[in-house]
Amino acid sequence: MSIKLEHVSYIYSQGTAYQKRALDDVSLEIPDGQFVGVIGHTGSGKSTLIQHLNGLIRATDGKIYFGGENIYAEGYSMKKLRSKVGLVFQYPEYQLFEVDVFSDVCFGPKNLGLPKEEVEQRAYEALQQVGLKEKHYKKSPFELSGGQKRRVAIAGILAMQPDVLILDEPTAGLDPKGRDDILDQIALLHKERGITVVLVSHSMEDVAKYVERIIVMDEGKVRYDDTPRNVFEYYKELEEIGLAAPQVTYLMHELKRRGLDVNPSVTTVEEAKRAILAATGEAR
Amino acid sequence: MIRDITIGQYYPADSVIHRLDPRTKLVGTLVFIISLFMFRSFAAYGVSVLFLAGVIRASKVPFKFLIRGMKSIMVLLLITVAFNLFMIPGETLVQVWKLKITDEGLYTAIYMAVRLSFLIIGSSIMTLTTTPNQLTDGLEKGLRPLNKVNVPVHEVAMMMSIALRFIPILLEETDKIMKAQTARGADFDEGGLIQKAKGMVPLLVPLFVSAFRRANDLAMAMEARGYHGGEGRTKMRPLHYEKRDRNAYLILVLYLVLMYAAKKLIGV
Amino acid sequence: MMSIIKASKLVHEYQKLGEDGRVESSYRAVDGVDLEVEPGQFIAILGHNGSGKSTLAKHLNAILLPSEGSVHVDGKDTRDAEKLWEIRKTAGMVFQNPDNQIIGTVVDEDVAFGPENMGVPTDKIKKRVEEGLKTVGMWKYRSHSPNKLSGGQKQRVAIAGVVAMHPKCIVFDEPTAMLDPIGRKEVIEAAKRLNREEGVTVILITHYMEEVVEADRVIVMDQGKVLMQGTPREVFSEVELLKEHRLDVPQVTMLAYELRKSGMDIPKGILTMEELADALVQEKKAP
Repeated sequence: MSIKLEHVSYIYSQGTAYQKRALDDVSLEIPDGQFVGVIGHTGSGKSTLIQHLNGLIRATDGKIYFGGENIYAEGYSMKKLRSKVGLVFQYPEYQLFEVDVFSDVCFGPKNLGLPKEEVEQRAYEALQQVGLKEKHYKKSPFELSGGQKRRVAIAGILAMQPDVLILDEPTAGLDPKGRDDILDQIALLHKERGITVVLVSHSMEDVAKYVERIIVMDEGKVRYDDTPRNVFEYYKELEEIGLAAPQVTYLMHELKRRGLDVNPSVTTVEEAKRAILAATGEAR
Repeated sequence: MIRDITIGQYYPADSVIHRLDPRTKLVGTLVFIISLFMFRSFAAYGVSVLFLAGVIRASKVPFKFLIRGMKSIMVLLLITVAFNLFMIPGETLVQVWKLKITDEGLYTAIYMAVRLSFLIIGSSIMTLTTTPNQLTDGLEKGLRPLNKVNVPVHEVAMMMSIALRFIPILLEETDKIMKAQTARGADFDEGGLIQKAKGMVPLLVPLFVSAFRRANDLAMAMEARGYHGGEGRTKMRPLHYEKRDRNAYLILVLYLVLMYAAKKLIGV
Repeated sequence: MMSIIKASKLVHEYQKLGEDGRVESSYRAVDGVDLEVEPGQFIAILGHNGSGKSTLAKHLNAILLPSEGSVHVDGKDTRDAEKLWEIRKTAGMVFQNPDNQIIGTVVDEDVAFGPENMGVPTDKIKKRVEEGLKTVGMWKYRSHSPNKLSGGQKQRVAIAGVVAMHPKCIVFDEPTAMLDPIGRKEVIEAAKRLNREEGVTVILITHYMEEVVEADRVIVMDQGKVLMQGTPREVFSEVELLKEHRLDVPQVTMLAYELRKSGMDIPKGILTMEELADALVQEKKAP
C-alpha cells in the first residue's frame, strides 16, 4: 500500500523558546514496492520524516494517507498502521530485552494479538529472513555480536509482516562486512517479497548501490527527489548542504573536465567501469 | 512540560549572584528557608519580600522566567492551600455546602502559600545562578570536614555531577526506546496497573543495559584520563571566598536581624 | 630514536568464567602481535569488529594488561604499576562513543578533567584548556553544555580533553564509527592536524578505509593477528586479499583494480581520485 504525504509540517516544542520547524511543507508519495533512499545530514529532518510514516509523530499540519486512508481520521488504528509500516530505529539492538533471541522477535507479533502458533511461525520466518543461524535462537541477545544483534532487532520488525519497512541508518557503527550483509539481506527481502523499503542513510555509496529513488532532505524540506543518477548530478549543491556524491561520481566529472569523453552520471563502481571502458575503447 | 520546570536549570548571565561562591549561595538559601519557618509573621515576611526582590534584581534573571517555573508547581501549591483552607478547625467565616472556611484555616493557608512560593523562588534563584558543577564543587568543599569521619565527600560529589551529566542523556534514551517499542506494537498506557507494570519491562531492561554500558565506558574513559580519586587533584576553578562573599554573608546577617526585629516590634 | 610504543608478542586472552568461578573457555582477542611505533608517526589499524584492534588499542595506555608478551610505552612497561599514571599521561585515548567519555557538564570543565587529575596547578590548567580547545576549533563552545553539541563536536571536545594532558601519543579507538560524514571529517582533520602541527604520534583505529589513505603505515588485523602492514599504497595494492577478508577498499582503488583487470594499464595501489584521473588521462594519451 502506498504512503502519501500532503503538505506535512512539524514544529517541535511549539510555543516555547526551543521551537523548531523540523518538517516544512513536505509532500511526497511512496508507491507500493519501491526501494527508496532518504539522505540528509543530522538535523535535516529525515528522522522526523520517517517517524511520521508510522504515526509515532503527529504532523502539526498536513495530511498523511496510507493505502488511501487518512491516518489522522477519527477511529483510525495507529496500532494497525504500525504493524503495516515497520520502523527499525537507529542502533535497534538497544531495544532488545527478552531472555532469548526467539522470544524477543515474538514481541511484535504478540502485541498484534495473534495466536501463539502464528506468533512463533512468524518469528521463525523473520529470523530466517535476516539470515541468523538457528543455533543462536535460544541464546541471550546480549551474547551475540553487534551485527547479529542488529539482525535480531530487524527480525523483530519483520515478524510483524509489514508492507513497508523503514530503516533508520541500519548500518551505523557496523564494520564493512556487517554492513554489506545487512544491506544485501534487505535488498533480497525487497526483491523476493516485494516489500516497500525506505532506507535512511548517510552513506551515498550504499544508497547509490541499492535504491531506485533518493529523497534528499535539508532544513526540513525535500530538496531533491529523483533517481540516484539524477540526484547526484547535483553533487556540487549536495556538498553545500553537507552531503557528497559517491567518490566515482566526482571522478567521472573530473575525467570529463580533463577532456575524456565519458558520461559523468554514474553512481557505482560497476557503472564507472563500464563508462570508462566504453570511452577509452572508442578512443583507441 | 519538563522543560518548563526551572528548578535545577541554569540561567546563564553575568551577575553578582552568579559570581558568588556556591557555598555562599548554599548557606544563603538554607538560612533563607529556615528564616521563613522561624519568623512566622507577616511583617517579617515583608522583609523577605524585599530581600528576595533585591536578590532577583541582582541576579539578572528575568522575573517572567522565574514565574514560568512556578507554574508546574502551582498545582501542588493549590492543593496545600485548599487542604489548609478547609481542614483546619476554627471560627467559621464562610460556609459553602459542607465546606467551611475558618479564620484559622484562612490564616494558615495564606501563610502556607506565601512560605511555599518564597521557598520555591529562593531555591530557584540558587539553581538558576549556579551551574550543577559549581553546586557539587560547593558541596564538596563545604562538606570537606566530614571527610574526617570517613564520609567519602569527593566521591559523592563526583557521583552527583556525573548523574547530572547523564540524566538528560538517559531521558532522551528512554524516549527513544519507548518509541522503538511502540513501533513494535507495545502500548505503554494500556491495561490495568499490573499490565502497565509488566509493560514497562521492554522499556526498563534496555534502559538498564544501556546505563550499565555507559557506566562501564565512562569508567574506562575516566581511568584513561588519569582519574584516581580525589587525592592529589587540582581544580581549574578552585573555590575561595572573595570580598563579595563576605558582603553577602553580612547582608544575610542583616536580613536575619531585620526579620527578628520585624517580628518583635510589629508582631503581626 | 626510542620507539614510543613497542609491543612484543602481545597476547590478550579473555576468559569466560563459569558459575563456579572456574575458567570455562578462553578466547585470544590479540594473538602474538608485534608493533613498533616511532614518535611522530601516523599509524592506522584496520580490521573488522572482533579482529582484536580495539583490544590492542586498550593495551597502549595500560587499560588492559598483557596476558603474555609485553607493551612498552615510551620505554615504560605497562605492567609496572608505579608507572601507570605516567603511561596514561604519555598515551591518551579517544573512544568511540562521544557521550560516554565526556564527564563535565560544561565543555571547558570537561577538558580540565585530565589536567586536574594530574595535579596541574590551577593557572596552568586554564592555559591547557584554552590550548586544547583551540587546537580542535572548539574554543567558542567552551561554556556550552556537551549535550547541545553534535557528535563530531563532542568528539572534538574529547580530543581536547586528551590534548590538555600533553600526551606524546594519542590512540583513537574508532572515533568516527558513530558519526555522520561531517562529524567524521571534523574528527579526522583534528587528528591529522595534531600529528602534523604538534608532532603528536597518532594511532587511528577505524574501519573506514578513506580515513587511512594519508597514514604513514597501515596495519590490517584479522582474528587477533596482523594480517598485513605497510604504506597505504602497499596495503591497497592487495585488493584481492582485502576483499577476501571482506574489508573495504576506497571506491577509486576498487575502480582502478577493476579497470586493471579489464586490461587497462593502470598502476597498482591507486589511492585518490586525482591519481586515478591522472592515470586514465595518461592511458588515453598513450597509443
